Amino acid sequence: MSAPTIERPGAESRVDGARVGVVTFPGTLDDRDAARAVRLAGGAAVQLWHADADLHGVDAVVLPGGFSYGDYLRAGAISRFAPVMGPLVDAARGGLPVLGICNGFQVLCEAHLLPGAMIKNDHRTFLCREQVLVVENADTAWTREYERGEHIVIPLKNQDGQYVASDRDLDELEGEGRVVFRYEGWNPNGSRRGIAGITNAAGNVVGLMPHPEHAVERGFGPDGEAGPRSGTDGLRFFTSVLSTLVG
Amino acid sequence: MGRVVVDVMPKPEILDPQGKAVANALPRLGFQGFTSVRQGKRFELEVEGEVTDEVLESVRRAAETLLSNPVIEDVVRVAAAEEQA
Repeated sequence: MSAPTIERPGAESRVDGARVGVVTFPGTLDDRDAARAVRLAGGAAVQLWHADADLHGVDAVVLPGGFSYGDYLRAGAISRFAPVMGPLVDAARGGLPVLGICNGFQVLCEAHLLPGAMIKNDHRTFLCREQVLVVENADTAWTREYERGEHIVIPLKNQDGQYVASDRDLDELEGEGRVVFRYEGWNPNGSRRGIAGITNAAGNVVGLMPHPEHAVERGFGPDGEAGPRSGTDGLRFFTSVLSTLVG
Repeated sequence: MGRVVVDVMPKPEILDPQGKAVANALPRLGFQGFTSVRQGKRFELEVEGEVTDEVLESVRRAAETLLSNPVIEDVVRVAAAEEQA
């Protein structure tokens, strides 16, 4: 069976050549969706393997969602030591755009690229819903095509989604404008201060619990203003990083 | 063969959803009078030979860097295990 061909929107040809790596760990679930999101945004998706300590010259990296290593020990705790993470951590500290989605966010926290940690949802159950977020920082490499204060709808699906950090770290995040997304209307997992996503000081590393790669294509996303499953609010994560790379 | 035991607990100020679930289940089986439960993790690391100070020091470092996440957990014990009977 051959892989399905994915149409690339011709209007995005200006970003041809931008290569976005998508890492697969054992237990990663959403790598294909993330790669598809990259292609729909107009970029080229490059598969990166956890056991290969080489980023193959990619211009940005997505750590997708799933249950890498079965969430053994702590979510993201084992993946953090995978061979691919060595060069990734160095490159991220050097400015490479990195997006961690759900389990990828947990990996970024365990790797100390982002502060804090995730524990089980306060209601102790797995939750899957279409979640409204407020964009609070539209200056990161992954959010520059949003507007500050904008409300977007992004699917949320996790069991260990409760973001916790020390009060000192939380105050620092807030003071430096590094809270990128907050849950709107309802805090779905007990996250401190309603935080759904954060960035590092340089704005190149972003982590969030909701899944933008599941809201990139009409017919497959959350319900939107144009009707059922019409929501594509997640696509601009991927167009944002491509426009960041083009400069 | 020596064995080192490491106990890791969620920090007191961090909500422990699993412990809370266990606490809620106890009275359903008739176990009354327990006001709270907190659930942690126990690791047993085996080494060839004796548990030396060097081994303990190495386990302490592993406990702080891999076995626990200091944002949410405390290492409450690192100790050589009693000999098995």
